[in-house]
Amino acid sequence: MIDSIYIAWQYIRFNKIKTATLIACITLISFLPLSLQLLLGESERQLMSRAVSTPLVIGDKGSSLDLVMNSLYFSDEVPELIGMEASERIIESGLALPIPVYARFHARGNPIVGTTLDYFDFRRLKVAEGRNLAVLGDCLLGARVAENLGLKPGDSLLSSPETLFDLAGVYPLKMKVVGVLQKSHTSDDLAVFVDIKTTWVIQGLGHGHQDVTNLSDPTLILKRSESNVVATAKLYQHTEITKKNIDSFHFHGNTSVYPITAVIAVPYDDKSGTILRGRYLSRNETLQIIKPEEVIDGLLQNIFRIKNVLDAVISVVALATVLAIILVFALSLRLRQREIQTIFKLGCSRLTIARLVSAEIFIIVLTSGLLCGVMILVVNQISNGLVRMLFIR
Amino acid sequence: MINIEKLHFSYLTGDFHLYISKLNVEKGEKVAVIGPSGSGKTTLLNLIAGIIPVKNGNIRVGETRIESLNDAQRRDFRIQNIGFVFQDFELLDYLNVIDNILHPFRITRTLTLDKDVRGRAAALAEKMGIGDKLKRQTNDLSHGEKQRNAICRALLSHPKLILADEATGNLDPENKDRILDLLFQAVDEHEATLLAVTHDHELLKKFDRIIDFRNFQSKEAV
Repeated sequence: MIDSIYIAWQYIRFNKIKTATLIACITLISFLPLSLQLLLGESERQLMSRAVSTPLVIGDKGSSLDLVMNSLYFSDEVPELIGMEASERIIESGLALPIPVYARFHARGNPIVGTTLDYFDFRRLKVAEGRNLAVLGDCLLGARVAENLGLKPGDSLLSSPETLFDLAGVYPLKMKVVGVLQKSHTSDDLAVFVDIKTTWVIQGLGHGHQDVTNLSDPTLILKRSESNVVATAKLYQHTEITKKNIDSFHFHGNTSVYPITAVIAVPYDDKSGTILRGRYLSRNETLQIIKPEEVIDGLLQNIFRIKNVLDAVISVVALATVLAIILVFALSLRLRQREIQTIFKLGCSRLTIARLVSAEIFIIVLTSGLLCGVMILVVNQISNGLVRMLFIR
Repeated sequence: MINIEKLHFSYLTGDFHLYISKLNVEKGEKVAVIGPSGSGKTTLLNLIAGIIPVKNGNIRVGETRIESLNDAQRRDFRIQNIGFVFQDFELLDYLNVIDNILHPFRITRTLTLDKDVRGRAAALAEKMGIGDKLKRQTNDLSHGEKQRNAICRALLSHPKLILADEATGNLDPENKDRILDLLFQAVDEHEATLLAVTHDHELLKKFDRIIDFRNFQSKEAV
């Protein structure tokens, strides 16, 4: 019986370092293009499916890509802020349903998305556990956020300060987790949803504190008149919104100019959408209206252009690697001439010698293939998060 | 056992020329082949084993005419009838002792590796004094142990003819005697014939007969 595989396996086992190097080379050179293809496919799927399902986005005239990435995927790059009146303008037009989005703050590394209840209907997001947003200070967690942070309804979550070094800045807000959304395999899984007014509280535009009209401690009052009381910085401000203190929360100034990052506009029909787009074409217009599908399509074109360059580079590297591997095997055969001569003298045919070498190559290629397969499976498992990390956030 | 007549051989390049008009080795004989380097001793072993094809002359091993065999037949003949022992042992360092002994059975369809063969290999190794080292890599063996390992490999298929090419060349004097005794003992037990190339004149007295290659230079019959 010709036991080529057994002998080849013994040879491979004995030459561990050489074998490991060869396997690593073959694995990497096959893994790179495959994983790149997989990640780009996943990024295309993630980016495009969400972009297609979001008809129009209105935001400041700046980078349309930043606007789309922030309002659809809650990326860290925050576009120039616009006022809440942008949303009211759409209501007044009667052409679309406006959904304001304020995606600027974070809680334990996850984006806090301030919006209205319409957002959940629009994205068809269902509450898997607990209830939907009801009062100021409530938060609804995306499925992955709840999973990653180990939070459930009834727990609380602190917003992260925008800068650690601003001692006079706004205190973090302790938000109450009231529900967890069903997994949607989109950016929504990784977001913390709050009412838009809660984001304004996080920003410090709205706050709650002790009742200044009944204060007796003189160190808390800076100036008092019949219509106005000016408190000192010593005044206690609430960092959590509870049933007891919710009535003390209030907003100063005109909330219609309060900031948001974008408005998602859902036209009632195609014609309304076209008319709405036309209304933002004026030169004096400070806002832009964009179709996310077009922006993402442009982004993907760029990504795939880069991918083509990468493919060419990988092909050249792969060719060099294959040639190097052939050289390694050729040199190895030369070094093993004496061994080959011996087994030939023992009665082995040249075909069997070729079979022995082929068995070695087969084992190395098979192992590399399996290793590459396992790595691709792992990448496939984490591709969702990886794509977000590499291409979106 | 071996009959050679009017054998002419030369390589495609170089001045080397071997001519043997007549050479006979009887069955069971232990014959030493001596001669200066380059005189054709190893070439003769290779011709007898069918490693190098015979173009002019006749070589008969037992009833088989070597010159009438094609490549595949010579290979089959070699693996079934001839055991090779080399000066540098020529063991495969990536195989352990037992796998080296069984190696010829793994590289050809002519021999069948079964339980019986494995048992015989272990018994042979035991007899050669390396029975406790079957799972050791050959790199961990001494020179003497390596040559015993190589002899086990040569003997396992019960060859009729054992060709030893300076089998004791790399051994110290004490080991030379011991290995040669073991080889002779194994040859007797297997009722084989031994044709051994050697440079070691001290060992010649142990052989039944000596063939001196200097005699072939003048194209004389032996």
